[in-house]
Amino acid sequence: MNMIDNAFSVHEKALGVRSQRMELLSRNIANADTPNYKAQDIDFKQVLKDTRDSALQTTHSNHLTQGAESTTNGVQYRVPFNVAFDGNTVELPVEQAKFGQYAAEYQTTLSILESRISGIRKALRGD
Amino acid sequence: MALDNLFNIAGSALNAQTARMNATASNLANAGAVAASDKDAFRAKRTVFKTIMQEIGSTPSSNTGGVKVSGISDDPKPIARMSDPGNPSADKDGYVYLSNVNEMTEMVEMMAAARSYQNNVEVVNTARQLMMRTLDIIKS
Repeated sequence: MNMIDNAFSVHEKALGVRSQRMELLSRNIANADTPNYKAQDIDFKQVLKDTRDSALQTTHSNHLTQGAESTTNGVQYRVPFNVAFDGNTVELPVEQAKFGQYAAEYQTTLSILESRISGIRKALRGD
Repeated sequence: MALDNLFNIAGSALNAQTARMNATASNLANAGAVAASDKDAFRAKRTVFKTIMQEIGSTPSSNTGGVKVSGISDDPKPIARMSDPGNPSADKDGYVYLSNVNEMTEMVEMMAAARSYQNNVEVVNTARQLMMRTLDIIKS
């Protein structure tokens, strides 16, 4: 089963982080008019780095390996260009642009997963 | 799954923006209303939004992080009075008290609410598309 486990590699986790990121952005957009709301976002690079670093390095075949799981959820507050009078830091144009970008990135990850799955299917079918 | 929370979050925002539009429509409808005393005069209504937070010790509900209307406040602008002795609702000195609605402010408020509503509709649309594509993975 190792082949199937490895087939999705980082993309399976990435899909989870990306959908979480979409949720955060939809929160920002929903709260665009809420006083004192602070916009949030996920630092994707940081999450990926944490995921890689938190895995134990193995230098000997007897060393135990540990599953890589990010220690932080990577959620950070966005630094706004301007703060509104009511303390709200959501800037709709920024959020809209990011939302479009993340939706595209989500679809990219989906496409990669799709092609992996169809590859495995082809190999299993053998025709 | 996080994607279906998007629907609830955007849905809560649609709800809140509708309440805001309702308040604006009510303000515009009552812009010309007059009253017999300062206390009874119509004051413009404003919705106050609040983020739906997760309560400590409870499991996060599907619309955590969405928005709700936490209350409706009156516009504090002073009420103007006008001398109109022929008006049936005039007080003993012949004054009627006007509403403090500013039509311009209400129109701007209406446009802002409509734009926010559109933004959230777009979120719902995108979430739906992504969900459909995710489901299509089994077909590949």
